[in-house]
Amino acid sequence: MSIRVGEAAEAPSFQKAALPLLDNTQLRKNVRHATNVITNKRAIVVGEQHDWQQLRAAASSIKEHTLRYLDHYLLQFEEACTKAGGHVHWAADADEANRIIIDLVKQYGGSEVIKVKTMTSDEIGLNKAFEANGIHPHETDLADMIIQLGHDKPSHIVVPALHKNRQQVREIFMQAMGLSELGDKPEDLTNAARHYLREKFLKVKIGFSGANYLLADTGGVCVVESEGNGRMCLTLPEVLITVAGIEKVIPSFRDLEVFLQLLPRSATGERMNPYNSLWTGVHTGDGPQHFHIVLLDNGRTRLLNDPEARQTLHCIRCGACLNTCPVYRQTGGHAYGSIYAGPIGAILTPQLFDMQHSQSLPYASSLCGACYEVCPVKINIPEVLIHLRGRVVREQQSGANLEAVGMKAMAGIFASSRRFEAAQRLGRLGQWPFVSDGWVRHLPGMLGNWTSVRDLRPLPKQSFRNWWREREAAKTQKDKADA
Amino acid sequence: MRISLFITCYNDTLFPETGKSVVRLLERLSHQVEFPLEQTCCGQMHYNTGYQAEAMPMMRRFVEIFQDAEVVCIPSSSCVAMIRDHYPKMAEACGDSALVEKVNELLPRVYELSELLVNKLGLEDVGAYYPHRVTYHASCHSLRSLHLGDLPLRLLRNVRGIDLVEMQNIDQCCGFGGTFAVKNGDVSAAMLADKIRCVENTQAESCTAVDNSCLMHIFGGLHRQRTGIKTVHLAEILASTEEGKGE
Amino acid sequence: MPESWTAREQILSRIRSANTGVNIAARETEYAAIERAYQQAASMSRETILRTFAERLHEYDAHVVETTSAEIANAIAEILKRNNQKSTVIAETFPAQLLPEGFAWLHESQTTTLDRSTIEGAISACEAAIAHTGTIIIKGAREITLLPDRYLCVVYEDQVVETVPEAIAALEKYAAESLTFISGPSATADIEMTRIRGVHGPRFLDVVLVRN
Repeated sequence: MSIRVGEAAEAPSFQKAALPLLDNTQLRKNVRHATNVITNKRAIVVGEQHDWQQLRAAASSIKEHTLRYLDHYLLQFEEACTKAGGHVHWAADADEANRIIIDLVKQYGGSEVIKVKTMTSDEIGLNKAFEANGIHPHETDLADMIIQLGHDKPSHIVVPALHKNRQQVREIFMQAMGLSELGDKPEDLTNAARHYLREKFLKVKIGFSGANYLLADTGGVCVVESEGNGRMCLTLPEVLITVAGIEKVIPSFRDLEVFLQLLPRSATGERMNPYNSLWTGVHTGDGPQHFHIVLLDNGRTRLLNDPEARQTLHCIRCGACLNTCPVYRQTGGHAYGSIYAGPIGAILTPQLFDMQHSQSLPYASSLCGACYEVCPVKINIPEVLIHLRGRVVREQQSGANLEAVGMKAMAGIFASSRRFEAAQRLGRLGQWPFVSDGWVRHLPGMLGNWTSVRDLRPLPKQSFRNWWREREAAKTQKDKADA
Repeated sequence: MRISLFITCYNDTLFPETGKSVVRLLERLSHQVEFPLEQTCCGQMHYNTGYQAEAMPMMRRFVEIFQDAEVVCIPSSSCVAMIRDHYPKMAEACGDSALVEKVNELLPRVYELSELLVNKLGLEDVGAYYPHRVTYHASCHSLRSLHLGDLPLRLLRNVRGIDLVEMQNIDQCCGFGGTFAVKNGDVSAAMLADKIRCVENTQAESCTAVDNSCLMHIFGGLHRQRTGIKTVHLAEILASTEEGKGE
Repeated sequence: MPESWTAREQILSRIRSANTGVNIAARETEYAAIERAYQQAASMSRETILRTFAERLHEYDAHVVETTSAEIANAIAEILKRNNQKSTVIAETFPAQLLPEGFAWLHESQTTTLDRSTIEGAISACEAAIAHTGTIIIKGAREITLLPDRYLCVVYEDQVVETVPEAIAALEKYAAESLTFISGPSATADIEMTRIRGVHGPRFLDVVLVRN
């Protein structure tokens, strides 16, 4: 099975990719501003939701339950959706999904497609596949449009263009839309997008979407959005094609009562996002009269097979973990070399895709736990990160690896208090070449990453245990003397 | 009360003053402190870096040494988090039901220092005196794993002479993260820069926390930049008295 | 896994082998046992619920007027006059007797998509409304409530519930219809997190709240 993610296969390691981003003043200012605004808004609307923890618990249970009976719920969805006039396709990997989608577009005689924001289509590299087949995809979400017209890459799963400021967006729009004049107020830019896209919405016959939820009991599909571009794509075209990861299914219409409360507050800090569209197959005289949905595996069943990591599939793509992550807040999304950035990307990317650089992703976290705290479906991201680190270590065991040698030696030392004490003594003696004026300022090798910006106090002359031993000895002597 | 001290490997080696302070503080409060000399490390660094197999014997070792303790006091929230969050499933993974039982029996008796003082011993005022301007950094594990909330702050507010100032973004990670600071040194440095800015803005003389690991990181930056600001473990503030003045 | 298997067979088989030991007979009981300790029923007085609904809508930049069932037509007339609205399309299910006189109405079924894109406004009723989130839910009428720049929705106070779970329960009978949840005019915050009203959907939302 070949699995791929857009163009990320040859991405550099997180450490390398982060370097130029840390020096990108504009990007860091934009990312800081955006994440601050969303986290503050989120904190307010989550704070007022007094049953937040109960909602999280229910969502986590529903997801866990669904994954346990995923085969049943997918078949139930397939049956209900087919009965309602939809066509259900199954794709084992990205190539198969792209092939199905492109064949459908050709079958309906389309050369253009209007798209509502979908991470899954980015995951399978659909736009590239479209273009290779002479089909032009129009991204219609404002941020996705900024990315597409600017030949850029998304840096956030909810607000993909958060790394761009208004002046940068203005330039992209002027060039791509052939405008000689355009203001740089967000209103001006939004208006330009409205005019540019309205014509496409009315003209293009094929719409393409992702899905937030597939309802097993009714065969319905739910898409959550803000701008109305989603409703345009889901309503106006004659044909609608949707792609959804198999983990997007939930048992019942009723379960929306949980997820529709958690998602908007987590994603954009709103009590509810402006539009949720829910449709079931084909509705006569209302919306597209041909509906196809592609259920995508692309590595998800492999992930399901790992009991400790399968909770990753609970993810509802709200992006709250990105906004709160102190690492993401420094680098933005591009350092992660994948369309899935931030903490969730650090666990999702290495599990979904076979990429060399993805071995660095489980380490792109200080394990501070802020992601787990905000996750609306209670994915214990730090726990999964540690689990994946274990996998990376096992996979790297073969070669002679300085870190592994050091770690094993340390483990040997900690296996005996005598060895530990000997190591403490050795450290006190051996550290002197690195100590100058009473401080450690330069260490060799990997440890040099510490001393590049941080001083280190040398090991003190006496360890705690030696102090304790001396004190006990003095006490015993005193007791003897007293006796 | 008979209190067994698990000092932790890095406090033992790098921060003996913290251990001495814990002993002085607890003895001042009329408790009997024991220090089993066979102790080494809880296994956190190995476990969190991906060397989970190597951490297993350290877990067994800890359990063997402390299973008969009345209570265990640990002046490091991240080591307590390691023990509380991971030991049960590590024991399960060993498939050793006796070990699982031992872990489950031991865990409720393991306390981080401020938990021990406030929750177990019912103290918020330990009679300390520390006439300095101090700011408190809420370390990640203390906050999001142990859920200490304001326990350390309650202890600090009762210290006589202290001028306690709250820092902005008190709950933001300092960027240490164990091997993270080395593996992702540059991103870690950027996070540290943010934390140092927050510490400096308080105009405190020293920054305190319940973890010397974070403090070592924060101090590393504060000292490199010659800010003149110190870091001091909570235990050292609480052990300090007008008579003793740091002994 | 046999090469000849379809993707469907492959995926289902992989799921089953990842879920060994799962007993399908227990599924329904297990689903029913999921703990739903979150708020489901209303906790506020009717008056507070209605006030909250209006406040939430205001926060989304929607315009709310309260009226009585006898005065619906007048309320609609006032809004259209205030907006100087020349063309209005009416949802198929909207009762004609609620419309004021002296205006030219276009009916949903008599308009094309292109027409709807040039018509200034639309009017419909709704199926339910949620105070907690300032949401109205409509069944069908997807195009007319999307393409014109102004959308006017008539909401009866009995339709307004406090919580999302109450609304979902009320909508259960329409679960397989096309439903649209609308919370304020269309909006984006994609550029520098500045909330801008009206990207592609209606820029203006008027709600007529009908009191008993």
